[in-house]
Amino acid sequence: MASVSLSHHHFNVLRLPANLKMVDDIRDPEHPYSLEQLSVLSEDSITVDDKLGRILITFTPTIQHCSMANVIGLCIRVKLKDCVPSHYKVDIKVAPGSHADEEAVNKQLNDKERVAAAMENPNLRQLVDECLHSREL
Amino acid sequence: MTQMEEERLKLTEIQTLEGHTDRVWGLAWNPSTGADGVPAVLASCSGDKTVRIWQQRSPSSTSFDCKAVLEDRHNRTVRSCAWSPSGKQLATASFDATTAIWEQNGDDFECVSTLEGHENEVKSVSWNASGSLLATCSRDKCVWIWEVLPGNEYDCVSVLQGHTQDVKMVQWHPKVDVLFSCSYDNTIKVWAEDGDSDDWSCVQTLGESSSGHSSTVWALSFNETGDKMVTCSDDLTIKVWGVDIERLLSGDGTGSWRHLCTMSGYHDRTIFSVHWSREGIIATGAADDAIRLFSESEDHSVDEPSYRLLLKKEKAHGMDINSVQWSPTANRLLASASDDGTIKIWKLE
Repeated sequence: MASVSLSHHHFNVLRLPANLKMVDDIRDPEHPYSLEQLSVLSEDSITVDDKLGRILITFTPTIQHCSMANVIGLCIRVKLKDCVPSHYKVDIKVAPGSHADEEAVNKQLNDKERVAAAMENPNLRQLVDECLHSREL
Repeated sequence: MTQMEEERLKLTEIQTLEGHTDRVWGLAWNPSTGADGVPAVLASCSGDKTVRIWQQRSPSSTSFDCKAVLEDRHNRTVRSCAWSPSGKQLATASFDATTAIWEQNGDDFECVSTLEGHENEVKSVSWNASGSLLATCSRDKCVWIWEVLPGNEYDCVSVLQGHTQDVKMVQWHPKVDVLFSCSYDNTIKVWAEDGDSDDWSCVQTLGESSSGHSSTVWALSFNETGDKMVTCSDDLTIKVWGVDIERLLSGDGTGSWRHLCTMSGYHDRTIFSVHWSREGIIATGAADDAIRLFSESEDHSVDEPSYRLLLKKEKAHGMDINSVQWSPTANRLLASASDDGTIKIWKLE
């Protein structure tokens, strides 16, 4: 499920590897979850408006843990930055009804100042990098 | 301005200032420049962790050159910058949780002081009208007030708690020592010193029940006389608020701001910046890459002013606009800063 193609929109294929590992730093780091286990991103999760230059991504966290939803959102944003032209506006939301604090999570995911500060936080940056670059063990 | 004059108005691009290697977050015109034969000076701050100082080549020139790069001090994004009223010092607020104070020494700027105390990212810094006080705010939900002492000493005189979320901007009133802050908690707070005890406290909160914003309030700006302020938000509106200026100046009525007008339907993405010019024109910078200008309508009652869109400059930048600032001195000169890493200088004519 974790691979989505945007090729018909003539930019690089966005593929979130199925073997992405996420480590929940609150839980036992010996038991990483894959992005596949943590969220669902399907072909209809992505809406693109080429005319306006807008992209909306919705994902469904399978685990009701607020901090994970934010990290997943950050991972998606970082991954997209590589394959979407810089003038596109990207909004990332949890699928309606999929999270107890939906409004709060969406607000934080789309506050670009908060996102920028999070990416300057070495711990969060490392977590995101690990998720995006980790390999199957 | 007559209606005919208004209809002919356009925002002409004077120059694009390049140099920053990451998004430009904030701008500040040096208030002691831009008039009386003194070339205008503009400071800009960026995600590249530096601050750049730009100077007009000559008072009559339209060209700006980069005169200095303030680097190696902040180790994260510099989010906001503000000149002291005398124009002699520049305060810079950073995600590294510090605020630096800089002074010009010949051609260079040196950091003469560092204000520490916030627990995490500092979002904004503001000097009061006399330059005796400085305010900062942070994601730690607090607003700090600092007293400016001789010898580049800064003493924290108050740590103001009250906001329930990240505080985005602080701004002193232009005439009295009353402080305003706006936040991710959707409110604007007014802070004043209690006459007797010299303690600072929140004297008013402008939230949804006061016809306030329904999402993050990103910025606020006062008109020239200080009897009105305009705020902008993630809720896609800008709101104008008013106060009885006589009462405010006499020390009474600091906490009696009321909603006057909401401008909705003009913006379709977050409005990050709003700035009121001395002439009364409100400029906004938004996440749809456009600059909009609003002015007060002629026919309205004093109690219910209304504002109309004067001009919309689409694609002013290639990406989000984070800051718009009118020069306080040079006539109808506007600067804008963007995620595209550039600053643009505009002339309204």
